[in-house]
Amino acid sequence: MANHTVAETLPVPFLEKTGILSWILSTDHKRIGIMYLVSISTFFLIAGAFALTFRFELLTPEKNIMDPHTYNVLFTLHGAIMVFLFIVPGLAASFGNFLIPLMIGARDVAFPRLNLGSYWIYLLGAIIILIALLKPADTGWTFYTPYSIQTETDVIMITLGIFVLGFSSILTGLNFIVTIHKLRAPGMTWHRLPLFIWASYATAILQVLATPVVAITLLLLIAERTLGIGFFDPAKGGDPILFQGFFWFYSHPAVYIMIIPAMGVISEIIPVFARKPIFGYKAIAYSSLAIALISFFVWAHHMFTSGISEVAATIFSFLTFLVAIPTAIKVFNWTATLYKGSIWLHSAMLYALSFIWLFTIGGLTGVFLGALAADVHLHDTYFIVAHMHYVMVGGTVMGFFGALHFWYPKWFGKMFNENIAKIAWFLVFVGFNLTFLPQFILGTQGMPRRYATYPPEFQTLNELSTIGSWILGIGIFIVVVNLIKGLFNGEKAPQNPYNSLSLEWSVPSPPPHENFEEIPHVTDWTYGYGKKQNTEK
Amino acid sequence: MEVKAHAEQHHIGIKVYFLVWFALTVLTGVTVWVSYIDFGLLNIVIALTVASVKAALVALFFMHLRHEDKVTWIFALYPLGLLALLIGLTISDVFYRVTP
Repeated sequence: MANHTVAETLPVPFLEKTGILSWILSTDHKRIGIMYLVSISTFFLIAGAFALTFRFELLTPEKNIMDPHTYNVLFTLHGAIMVFLFIVPGLAASFGNFLIPLMIGARDVAFPRLNLGSYWIYLLGAIIILIALLKPADTGWTFYTPYSIQTETDVIMITLGIFVLGFSSILTGLNFIVTIHKLRAPGMTWHRLPLFIWASYATAILQVLATPVVAITLLLLIAERTLGIGFFDPAKGGDPILFQGFFWFYSHPAVYIMIIPAMGVISEIIPVFARKPIFGYKAIAYSSLAIALISFFVWAHHMFTSGISEVAATIFSFLTFLVAIPTAIKVFNWTATLYKGSIWLHSAMLYALSFIWLFTIGGLTGVFLGALAADVHLHDTYFIVAHMHYVMVGGTVMGFFGALHFWYPKWFGKMFNENIAKIAWFLVFVGFNLTFLPQFILGTQGMPRRYATYPPEFQTLNELSTIGSWILGIGIFIVVVNLIKGLFNGEKAPQNPYNSLSLEWSVPSPPPHENFEEIPHVTDWTYGYGKKQNTEK
Repeated sequence: MEVKAHAEQHHIGIKVYFLVWFALTVLTGVTVWVSYIDFGLLNIVIALTVASVKAALVALFFMHLRHEDKVTWIFALYPLGLLALLIGLTISDVFYRVTP
């Protein structure tokens, strides 16, 4: 009888309710997080499949399986879907939703209904982009004028979809900012916040302040195409470079919307698996804000060869180098955290370590590109493609996979097969490097990006790259299968499998609806590893 | 307690709303009127100044910014800084381009 009473008062796990309505009308941040997770992962796999297809085309110098127009369409869709449907909402919307209330000791986000609304706006944007596939654009994901004004493909529909997605991003950012300001548990001061929260905060600021600029830019583009107003067309008194300026004024900060949450993930994983307090907490926390701030000052480094003045190019080159400072601060502090740590090579940790290595390569090659003379040589070559993918895949996707493996037990209450996860990590890591390392060399040799064919002397490196893409594809396939299999066959996850000190691990796996039976009283930061732990937390 | 104080702060009389509305209408008239007179470059300056004043009135009174706390002010003013940055750094390009 007594047992029965206890069972009745036990909190109900958030996953317990079933039925489609329990999902699509749920205002529970954890369920909304799952809806984002499933959506972004689906788009990640679709856009990845596009990449495998056009990478196959590049196996041989001549035309192979597709004509140049199809090739152009495929790389446009790969870029647009990856950027706007996967990586920008990405970690921020999925793991941000799941983790922010749990980590700060709140029952939900500040505006749960708005949160659900953001998801539906995201889905609406996604549907519009899918409709655009009927006559897909071939402009590249940046939609540069004048070509985006002239092309007969459907630029309006896809940019309209991105415009709608922007609102989702802005509202999510607003929601997270208010949540972090207003709903922290008693004692959860700013300097006790987990670093993922600092990263999410910096990301949210960028989402709120930068996204309107791309929204208006795409509207101007639509106005020019439909009404013939000359914003960007020189024949009508416009300026095509103005489009690039506007576009990158958003899209460069957007690069940090993509990467900062992943940096937050790494800051969470490393201390847990090194069993050491994070080194340089405040430096890492404030460097997220510094990156967010500086990101607004560097947009024209995408435009050094497009005809901007030398004065502007020099100023932007100098400003670009400044970004290296806060990012390096993070890398050094993570490395210092590892030093003399008691390292557990869990699959999540393997992804975190990969992040540090690959992101450093991605970041440092960015410094090459920030140097004017080098950029003139390397711009629009495969060097750019490799650099961007080392940051976005080597950085953000590694962070995303790390987060998936790290918080999986908490989110779903199940364990996945750790050995298979490690094999998958190995394939992803090797496949990724084999795909993109040759592209650095191709770029320095002068192979331009965005062409379906190439001179025969580039074949060997392209073959390596294509084979790498297959290994990467197999690796990602195993990751997906392993994690899905865990949902059905996995062992039940304990509350805290890694002995983490962060608040989300103090609730059952999966967490109950509304997270905490009683709002916790926080008395210490979350990184006190290696010393006597405070049981009050 | 805090909520109550917040609500009281937001109580702006209906008179003020009508005054602001009246000012907005007059300023719209000014914009239209000025567009008929040729002041050269000043036309743009006047139009933008009037528009900025109108935006400020809407933000301060209709959107209650006047009674908001510091954090809200920071978030409201920061985009103005960004706008200045966007225009300022673009000037470093447009004014210094070499015309062949």
